[in-house]
Amino acid sequence: MTPALTTTEPATTSAAAATLDRPAVRLSHVHKSFGRPGAATPVLDDISLDVAPGEFVTLLGASGCGKSTLLNLVAGLDRPTSGDIEVPGGRPALMFQDHALFPWLTAGKNIELALRLAGVPKAERRAEAERLLELVRLGGAHKKRVHELSGGMRQRVAMARSLAQGAGVLLMDEPFAALDAITRDVLHDEITRIWAERQLTVLFVTHNVREAVRLAQRVVLLSSRPGRVAKEWRIDLPQPRRIEDAGVADLSIEITEELRGEIRRHVQH
Amino acid sequence: MSSTDTTTLVKDRSGDTASVEAGLDALDSVQVQRTPLTQVLRQKVLPPVLGVLLVLGVWQLAFSLELTTPDKLPSPAAVWSSLTDLWYEGTLFSIIWTSVWRGLSGFVAAVAIGTPIGLLVARVKPVRAALGPVLAGLQSLPSVAWVPAAVIWLGINNSAMYAVILLGAVPSIANGLVSGVDQVPPIYLRAGRTLGATGLAGARHVLLPAALPGYLAGLKQGWAFSWRSLMAAELIASSPDLGLGLGRYLENQREFNDMSGVLLGIVLILVVGVAIDLLVFSPIERRVLRNRGLLVTTR
Repeated sequence: MTPALTTTEPATTSAAAATLDRPAVRLSHVHKSFGRPGAATPVLDDISLDVAPGEFVTLLGASGCGKSTLLNLVAGLDRPTSGDIEVPGGRPALMFQDHALFPWLTAGKNIELALRLAGVPKAERRAEAERLLELVRLGGAHKKRVHELSGGMRQRVAMARSLAQGAGVLLMDEPFAALDAITRDVLHDEITRIWAERQLTVLFVTHNVREAVRLAQRVVLLSSRPGRVAKEWRIDLPQPRRIEDAGVADLSIEITEELRGEIRRHVQH
Repeated sequence: MSSTDTTTLVKDRSGDTASVEAGLDALDSVQVQRTPLTQVLRQKVLPPVLGVLLVLGVWQLAFSLELTTPDKLPSPAAVWSSLTDLWYEGTLFSIIWTSVWRGLSGFVAAVAIGTPIGLLVARVKPVRAALGPVLAGLQSLPSVAWVPAAVIWLGINNSAMYAVILLGAVPSIANGLVSGVDQVPPIYLRAGRTLGATGLAGARHVLLPAALPGYLAGLKQGWAFSWRSLMAAELIASSPDLGLGLGRYLENQREFNDMSGVLLGIVLILVVGVAIDLLVFSPIERRVLRNRGLLVTTR
């Protein structure tokens, strides 16, 4: 995805290189506590993490590791107690476990609302919504009501709506956790394809180790209570992978062992 | 490890995924069918019609058995002839219209006042703390209780009628909106904020449409309260300035000891109240709920 940049005019190369060097998301020493000062419970402790433009990173952790809190901070829905969060590309898009589509609008109108709020002119919204629905292979679903769609279709419309924001960074908060295994496999293929096609930066939260390994270029394991970066793995297996691949399985076993170790630490207290 | 190998692999996977996905979509999609008209007639229309016929039958039977004197319980036919009398006098529609116009215009004013109050109570914490309990309390106060006060403040005129309607309907409209806003799932508000719908845009595109079902329920109840309050006010307050509405007609027939006229008045008040609900509010409510998939299971 970079060759286009290296062949451009020298004047623009320096600017392009500058943005290229900058991470799409940078967390520096982020702390987050909830509750009154003094009696506050730390949820995230000194999280530092860079996500490069176009990178696919999964955040993995057991309950209480503050994964969702972390995504909320990056999405700008909440502020860190201390530390810095930079998202140079502007407000990221956020997908939830619940599709969160608005039931009073059709599938297409949900996407058009996102386009409208992103400042897309009225005349272009309809066609752009159709294009996004085609992208998630739901061409022709424009007029469908949310309740007429299956769980997998709803998540795909939600994906299209997130993309409609035009954000370079897509945050995903266990978006496939409520789906059945076959639908989830299909959506893994789809998010991998769309990530590559659209050159998105993805920060994907999950507690499913195999899912994390199936999708990511890098898996970040968080410890629990408070959440800290425990360990990282770079994954060079070629895409598209299958969740059943031997490479995915081997690494999943290794990461699961680490995760179990992290969970076990909490017994002693 | 040539690049062609990988691209064919990607293509194959992509086609494979697409077809599995299409199959899943076909299998999992919810088929929403509208019930056929005959079934609607049989299940929804027939039972209430039978219910009304049953009431008429019992009434006729009680009359035929002479359980009491005809001046206390006239026959259904006598009430019917009171109706046709009004029809031939040409006053039937003017009586109904006087009350319906008053009720609807009062209701519209109640919506205009109750909606901003409801929004303020729902979204502004101090306002809610102060006004919330007052509104809830007012809702349980029968609005007839306001008639004497309204008459003393405003005199026996249309203003007093409207005041009673407003005092009856505004609290239930405001409360409906408050509970509608309270029941908005927080996920919609979060989703709205990530999409950039904050402030007024958030209210317009997310909060208000999400609160619509609760608001409609409040409007429906608000109409019922408007109509009841108005009938009570017309019954109690008597003045030539007010014109002849349904409540006044009912009271006049009592003064003439015309029991079939009294029964006709009661039936007309009931029919108008139900008709407005069925013709105006129910279709809107059903449409809103059906669009949101909240009307899939029917009773």
